[in-house]
Parts: sequence; C-alpha cells; structure tokens
Amino acid sequence: MPRRKGAPEVNAGSMADIAFLLLIFFLVTTTIETDAGLDRMLPPMEPPEEDVVIKQKNIFTVNINKNGQLLVEDELMQLKGLRNAAIAFLENGADGSCNYCKGRRDPGSSDNPTKAIISLKNDRETKYSTYITVQNELVGAYNDLRDRESQRIFGRDFTDMEKEYLNPETASSIRDDLKDKVKRIQDMFPQKLSEAETTSN
Amino acid sequence: MKISKKTTNRLPAVSTASLPDIVFMLLFFFMTVTTIKDNTLLVDNNLPSADKVKELTKKDRIIEIFVGKPSPELATILGAEPKIQLDDRLAHVKDVGPYVLSELAKKPDAIRNLVTVSLKVDKNVNVGIVSDIKQELRKVNVLKVNYTTYEGSPERISQ
Repeated sequence: MPRRKGAPEVNAGSMADIAFLLLIFFLVTTTIETDAGLDRMLPPMEPPEEDVVIKQKNIFTVNINKNGQLLVEDELMQLKGLRNAAIAFLENGADGSCNYCKGRRDPGSSDNPTKAIISLKNDRETKYSTYITVQNELVGAYNDLRDRESQRIFGRDFTDMEKEYLNPETASSIRDDLKDKVKRIQDMFPQKLSEAETTSN
Repeated sequence: MKISKKTTNRLPAVSTASLPDIVFMLLFFFMTVTTIKDNTLLVDNNLPSADKVKELTKKDRIIEIFVGKPSPELATILGAEPKIQLDDRLAHVKDVGPYVLSELAKKPDAIRNLVTVSLKVDKNVNVGIVSDIKQELRKVNVLKVNYTTYEGSPERISQ
C-alpha cells in the first residue's frame, strides 16, 4: 500500500499530564534558597609585629550581656538608639581632618572616620539573634553614612552601587567604573568592626 | 431569530492545546530559580533575620557550617545542646578547622582566597559556640565569614 499521508500524527493529549508530573516533582524537591548575610572579616590569629596604640576615645565599645541588654560606652542603651550613637561617633571628626563629616567635633570622641573603631563584645550566653540584630544596626550605621556621601558625590546610594558592582551579570565596563566609586566611598568610612573574644562572666 | 439561535448552540470546547506549553514554561521557571538542597539538615536551622545583607552569589566559593539544636527526632539521642553540622554529619568544635581546610583543598587554586565560610546558625543558639567556631577558623587562617541570615526586618530584642 502506498504511503501518501506520511507518518501518523502522535497524540499530544497526555503531554500536559507529563509536564505537570515533572512540575510537581520539581516543586516538591526544591527549595528556593536565598543565601544572604552579613559579611565579616575575622582578625588574624598572629598579632601584628608592632603594637598599635589606639586611643581610648577612638574606640566605641558595645557590650551585649546575656539578657540582650546593650551597654554602649558604659551607658545602658536601647537598640533603637544604637545606630544614631554609632553614626555620631563615626563622623565626629575631632581632629578636623575629615572635611565631609558632619559631627559635633567633640574632642572626647573619635578623631576621624579612618581611626574610629567599633568594638563589639558579647557574653557567651547572648542569643545569636540578638547578636545579629546588633551587628545589623552597626552595619546600618556605616551604610547610612556611606549612602549620604555617595548621594552627595555621585547622586546615588552606596548600597545600590555596591549591589550592582557585586552582581556578576553587570557588564564589565560598568563594573570597572563602579569599582573606583565603591572604593572611594569605602575609604571615606572604612568598616572597622572589631569582634573581641567573648567573656564568660 | 438569529440571537435565539445562537444561545441554543452549545459553547465550543476551550482548546487545551497550549496547556503543555504553559506548564512547560512554569516547569522551566522552577527549574532555573531553584537549587537542589545537597545536604539534609540534622540540626534545627531557623536563621535570624537582618536587612543590611549582602548576597552570596557564587555557590562554589562557599563552605557551609550549620549550628543548631538537634532536630526533634534526633533530640532524644543527642540531647538539646546545640551541635555543629559539617557536610552531613555532626561534629565537634575541634573538627571545624580540619574540615574547612579539606574543603578548601578541593577548590581550584584561583578562587581559594575568595572562599567565604557561611555560618548558618539557628537564632536560638548562644553566641558561645559561634565564637568557638570563629576561634577555630582564625587558627586555620580562614578569615572571611558570612553570618547567613534571612532577609527581613530584624527581630526585636527582648529586654
């Protein structure tokens, strides 16, 4: 018998069922993982060769006790006051070398942002969520200052620029351009967050 | 009449020919946006929330360490003290250093100094065990850490 019609058509009616089956399989087995978090550098184990002398006024101490209470610069403080206190400390600019700082130039507080160090101490029994919340506020203080300067100089937020810079899908020409801008802002307010070893008392 | 004639007709069947296309589209969407979990969790891992986060985009540059209380079905054997999970087994604090070094050795040379340790710590854990881990990491000179959190507004501190 001559074949005039060609191959018979395959019935595609069950295609939807097969696709649904696959879809449900993937829905069940996968989880959308959003890995994001707070980046931190740990201090190296070996102390530096020469002893660095840091003036007490350049250190902003934040203590968290096991009940989640904050002791900031030897004063009890609520969490919502922490960010403003940190900002005031960071941009104090007592030695006058920081021309973009809008602080009060209090001689008893930090000299300039490159010298200002935030020291975070915590008890062994502090809850991790408390610890992260405090870290988040301190990073927020840095971000606020950086955003402000970035708005003044480049007209856009620092966090926005950094996000675009770190995104691997950004074109390399844009990234090169952003790299310098990000670096410049980072140098204006370097993130100096020291995490001392925990105390157990 | 023309109109009454039309209403008496039965509605034409909706064509389902494009249904597979729609479903395939959904399927591909889910296949691309999801990542398959590569290790089963032996510990509770309810991460804290923070909003000033940076995303960890590159999976190959991450070493994960989980910390949390053993999951309910294991709690009867292991107790309620927080444990450290490396890969798919529970480990002791002193195992963290060797584990991180061995994971680091598996990475290609070019990215070895870009590797970040992602600390996935349950929010009900005390900071003590976390600082022990940090101490171990400092001993092996792996200094880049990321406190992995969920994105969201940070929780209130109970005072």
